[in-house]
Amino acid sequence: MKHTIVALVEDRPGVLNRVSSLFRRRGFNIESIAVGHSETPGFSRMTMMVDGDTTDVDQVTKQLYKLIDVLKVSDITREDIVARELALIKVRATAATRSEIIQIVDIFRANIVDVAPDSLIIEVTGDEDKLDSLVRLLKGFGIKELARTGRIAMSRGQAGVLIPEERPTPSAPPPRGRKLPQSREVTP
Amino acid sequence: MKLSGANILCQSLLKEGVEVIFGFPGGVVLPFYDALPQYPQLRHILVRHEQGAAHAADGYARVTGKVGVCLATSGPGAANLVTGIANAYMDSVPLLAITGQVARPFIGKDAFQETDITGITLPITKQNYLVLRAQDIAQVVKEAFHIALTGRPGPVLLDIPRDVFLEEAEFNYPEKINLPGYKPTYQGHPTQIKKAAKLINEAQRPVILAGHGIILSGAYDELKELAEKAQIPVVFTLLGLSSFPGQHYLSLGMLGMHGLAYANLAVCEADLLIAIGMRFDDRVTGRVADFAPKAQIIHMDIDPAEIGKNVRVQVPIVGDIKHILKDLNPQIERRVRREWLRQVDQWRHEHPSLAIRETDQVLPQYVVKSIHQVTGGNATIVTGVGQHQMWAAQHYIYDKPNSLVSSGGLGTMGFELPAAIGAQVGLPGETVWAICGDGGFQMTLQELATVVQENLPVKLAIMNNGYLGMVRQWQELFYNRRYVATPLAGPDFVKIAEAYGIPGRRVTSKAQVIPAIQEAQSHPGPMLIDFQIEPEENVFPMVPMGAALHEQLQGQPQKVKK
Ligand SMILES: Cc1ncc(C[n+]2csc(CCOP(=O)(O)OP(=O)(O)O)c2C)c(N)n1
Ligand SMILES: [Mg+2]
Repeated sequence: MKHTIVALVEDRPGVLNRVSSLFRRRGFNIESIAVGHSETPGFSRMTMMVDGDTTDVDQVTKQLYKLIDVLKVSDITREDIVARELALIKVRATAATRSEIIQIVDIFRANIVDVAPDSLIIEVTGDEDKLDSLVRLLKGFGIKELARTGRIAMSRGQAGVLIPEERPTPSAPPPRGRKLPQSREVTP
Repeated sequence: MKLSGANILCQSLLKEGVEVIFGFPGGVVLPFYDALPQYPQLRHILVRHEQGAAHAADGYARVTGKVGVCLATSGPGAANLVTGIANAYMDSVPLLAITGQVARPFIGKDAFQETDITGITLPITKQNYLVLRAQDIAQVVKEAFHIALTGRPGPVLLDIPRDVFLEEAEFNYPEKINLPGYKPTYQGHPTQIKKAAKLINEAQRPVILAGHGIILSGAYDELKELAEKAQIPVVFTLLGLSSFPGQHYLSLGMLGMHGLAYANLAVCEADLLIAIGMRFDDRVTGRVADFAPKAQIIHMDIDPAEIGKNVRVQVPIVGDIKHILKDLNPQIERRVRREWLRQVDQWRHEHPSLAIRETDQVLPQYVVKSIHQVTGGNATIVTGVGQHQMWAAQHYIYDKPNSLVSSGGLGTMGFELPAAIGAQVGLPGETVWAICGDGGFQMTLQELATVVQENLPVKLAIMNNGYLGMVRQWQELFYNRRYVATPLAGPDFVKIAEAYGIPGRRVTSKAQVIPAIQEAQSHPGPMLIDFQIEPEENVFPMVPMGAALHEQLQGQPQKVKK
């Protein structure tokens, strides 16, 4: 089964690298990852699609949570969510095929965002199935270029992957049991 | 007052109570080295290879519980730290690695000695930073120490460009840190602890599986209380050794691939396994499907990601081991457990895994046992990786808390000498014995110069079998005794020691073993003993790769030779 995992991360250099490095190193199979700003400056939200049949999703969330820059991770697959993906499709269009393409675009509630003498760019949002079927239908006309964002998702209503409430970082570690040498006066 | 980045770094290290830096200089860290003499409280120990700096900092951290600090220049210096950082990461050792980087305008230009060390160490550090402004150094150092030492400890790397060392900024050491994504759990969940207590109170054949986490959290007394109160035998992971007195009647020694027969049998027959501060490494479990087949498992660890990673457990408890055991122990009922302990004793009797056969030759097991005898168990033992490591784990009885320093997770040959240096620096006035492989010792023996320069009284026991012994053992058992690339035409270790100014002794018969150890022990400075041990001695018991713990080979004292 495909799982949708949402993570809230600190916007620091290399954070995307850390996440993708983790997936590679642990052999997690990731199908898509989408990142962008969140509602709070300094934090980004990531949506990842993971194949639960080949990857231990529980480990994915736990290992992600271990990254210092990751504040919150949730597997929202079983929640009531809104999930969307955006695609841009550049499709070959001649005078003869153009109107047929426009009809298909209308049925899918997609938009034509660029018109050139021999091609059109179509913008479509929806779930993966909708995008897949549109792509399939347009294949016959000749797809010249295709770009998909991967899924972004959000829980409906109250629930959400939000910044946890302020809990102060404990400033002193708990007492460690190894033998500690006598602390000395520090006079820099 | 404005200070240079180099001064800010030194001041920040002092604020964190740093006393020692193991380092090696180079072009981009020159501004740091130039500032260093202003801080005589920061002792710098010059190693002979950066790998040695990382392992020494690792050994220092393990024996003191403090963050070990190592430092290297950019490019090759930083790259040479990598093995040591990976080693610390695998064994949850708090380490701060500081590397110089090329000046900011040169980053990304393939400048001389530029290497992307933050990229390289991404998967082997708990966190790393490229510090791009002198004004950030203090904050980053504060965070680095906090991250390295708290939760599940681990290495943190700071990469500092040359011009950031020179840039001036205000120095105010921060009081607070703000890491919203980092909140380790210390207190175990009360409901889980209650469930665990119930299982323990109902168990007939419980076994405690003691790991490194007990030492890291200093839960010696709590573990002892639990074991004694409920009369539960204790088996150990390699790094769990010395978390509970080895002489104790409940102690069964190490389990796993080279675990003692009765330790492994106890785990196989247990109806409850209480796994404390350990992570079910494959060397511990053998074939996972058949691990502890009759047992329910309670797993306590501070790292939630370890729960359920390798083994399915019934009662997970996430938290600091000391905290968890403190909460658990009052709920444990006192028990007398005659039947189970009698069974365990019977296994001890039937499978004397620690018996050493009679011979005039120098047997490694006897050497280890003699080191224990001569030091009265008061030494800190540091090992390399291979057969000698396993003999050191089996035949030395670890009574003293936290008295074994060994490379567990990564299994890094060459760890022994530099780690012993770090341990000795952390334990001045105490006895440190490094039990070395003749192969591994040759990977880092240049650090003998560091031993001499710093006048460290470490005792070095080379277990000289003339082989990469552990690999040879596998070749003997599983590759028809084809010894490919494992015989070592060794150097004369006594002469090597003497060339560095360290007295060396050679031991070729059993009768010489104890006198040599006694001489080294009473010698005020460092000493090396070249123990010419039986070349084809094997480590037994042994659970072959992919086998289950109960399928262990007990070994043949008399080997069939071709
Ligand atoms: C850096 C490194 N390279 C290779 C290995 C694989 N390896 C494990 S044990 C071993 C043999 C070690 O030989 P030695 O140090 O002489 O110890 P012995 O087993 O003979 O006691 C080797 C090559 C390793 N653990 N570490
Ligand atoms: Mg050897």
